[in-house]
Amino acid sequence: MMLPQIAFFFLSAVTLISAVMVITRRNAVHSIIWLIVTLFSVGGIFLTLHAEFLFAVQVILYVGGIMVLFLFVVMLVNLDVALKQAQFNRQWQVALVTALVLMAELGYGIYRGHQGFTLAQVTATPMSGGNTQAVGLALYQDYMLAVEIASVLLLVAMVGAVIMAKRKIE
Amino acid sequence: MITVQADDLVRILPQAILAGFAILVMVFEPFLPAARKTLLGWFSLFGVVAAGAATIRTSFSPGLAFGNSISADRFSLFFICLFLLVAALTLLGSFHSLERENINHGEFYALLLMATVGMCFMAASTELIMIFLGLEISSLATYVLAGFKRQDALSNEASLKYFLLGSFATAFFLYGIAVVYGLTGTTNLLVLSAQLGRSGEFRPGAVFAWVALLLMFVGLAFKVSTVPFHVWTPDVYQGAPAPVTAFLSVGPKAAAFAVLLRIFLGAFASAGSGVFWVFWASAILTMCLGNLAALLQSNVKRLLAYSAIAHAGYVLVGIAAGRGEGTAPVLFYLTVYALMNVGAFLLVAHLAGTGERWTRIEDFTGLGYQRPAVAACLAAFMLSLAGFPTTAGFFAKFYIFRAAVHSGLIGLTIVAVLTSVVSVYYYFRLIVVMYMREGKAEAASASLPWALRVALAISVVGIFYLGLYPTDFLLLTNLAAVPLP
Repeated sequence: MMLPQIAFFFLSAVTLISAVMVITRRNAVHSIIWLIVTLFSVGGIFLTLHAEFLFAVQVILYVGGIMVLFLFVVMLVNLDVALKQAQFNRQWQVALVTALVLMAELGYGIYRGHQGFTLAQVTATPMSGGNTQAVGLALYQDYMLAVEIASVLLLVAMVGAVIMAKRKIE
Repeated sequence: MITVQADDLVRILPQAILAGFAILVMVFEPFLPAARKTLLGWFSLFGVVAAGAATIRTSFSPGLAFGNSISADRFSLFFICLFLLVAALTLLGSFHSLERENINHGEFYALLLMATVGMCFMAASTELIMIFLGLEISSLATYVLAGFKRQDALSNEASLKYFLLGSFATAFFLYGIAVVYGLTGTTNLLVLSAQLGRSGEFRPGAVFAWVALLLMFVGLAFKVSTVPFHVWTPDVYQGAPAPVTAFLSVGPKAAAFAVLLRIFLGAFASAGSGVFWVFWASAILTMCLGNLAALLQSNVKRLLAYSAIAHAGYVLVGIAAGRGEGTAPVLFYLTVYALMNVGAFLLVAHLAGTGERWTRIEDFTGLGYQRPAVAACLAAFMLSLAGFPTTAGFFAKFYIFRAAVHSGLIGLTIVAVLTSVVSVYYYFRLIVVMYMREGKAEAASASLPWALRVALAISVVGIFYLGLYPTDFLLLTNLAAVPLP
């Protein structure tokens, strides 16, 4: 077997196993650590596809930023109480059936329609400058206005968060 | 690579001016004492008027901008004017109400302007990514506006509900965009339209084309509150501060309809006939459930919320009627709907008094004798919402139904006519209570502040003008409907 395939199967296995661990651990902190493992191994899969930029985004945004957010939530939750509560709520069977139906639908759709997707070929020799440069050029040339508008979006989000969180507005 | 020309900047001038004024409002806000914050409101209104003037300038150099991602055509300019009108009416109606509720902060005006910016970008973009960003800007701003009465439990509930369900819905929309990109390798509606126009259909994997269109429909259906994605509407409309409700019930809804028109009757018109039944079914469900549920309401704000759901159903009939026939009546309907719904919500909000205490239908008993002018205004809005001749509501419905009949949608038209007959009952209940019952209206408290009077005058005059002389405006909507996508 080729090395990339070995890497792919290894990383996929780690992703799946750690994802299962995320939802089965009773302790929320353990769940979060498993979630970090999941996100990292997904990042590894990006790396095997020569998507360095996606890998960096995955690590910085998900593993870095969003995990901090999650940890804050964990700190606000009373762990001792959470440990005694039921792991799954009463609707877990319904949720399981729904998830399986969705999986079957998606599987069928991909089986029937996968040739419709125009996936870029993985090139053995990455383009000069790597795809980070390509993404950067696309963002700041073709999608320049979109980047600018995204800054408006962030401004609105920031103002909104301050208004909702502040105890008293003068 | 694209280079930015002066014309590119002119074509986003209205949005840029609005965003600039929103930022200036936030800059000036700390320098004003709490009692003078209304000045910021007037400043925002000036910004809206300036953006309106900029729209006229933009109309002289129509075309595409920023690498075909913005289209300053008659369609988008029409919608931008509509959004500016809604923002101006909301501002005029909000000054007094914000002071009364003690929530007159500068951020309110800044967020209102930003929400309008987002809506303008939704209507003007021909690039799905830009549409998504516009959708998110207007959504985030309105989530916060809905919870602006932070001490009020209902307002908090409204904000949280709107936020959770809304972010769920935008995820659907984004998922749809991702699938479109996977299928075609582009997110630009013009490129998509050209690709589909050649083959008329997606390449192998049409299953996913339906998936993509359905996902995008679900995301937008939430914003326009069609059944079964309407459950948030009554709670949010009831809990949000009343001027915000007036804005919410019209602005984001019209913006989402603009996107629906651009996507389903524009870019995907050749492939989209396969999803026609989605519009057909959700139109029937929305009209029936909206009107029937409105019959049972005792709170006026909730009644108007269900009426807003029902009206979304009539607009869907117009979209189901399809390209060419349906677009102009939809634009006409959305304008009329904006005038009458903003007017009705602002008036009800004012009559509800401090803390919005009096919003039950019984609270309006005998209003017709105590405050004849106010009651007449409210009655005019109700008549127009019910679709009576001489009011604009009649022609709005008439043009939609005519387009539906011309497209051969007889069954759908029959359901639409029957449900609008049902709707007469609950609109008239308010009129009957106001004029035909003896009693002292709880709601007849303070006199109308003159800013609100101006807003109401614009709405009432608009309703009767479009109800008596609809042809000029219909020609205008016909012009605006042509350059899709």
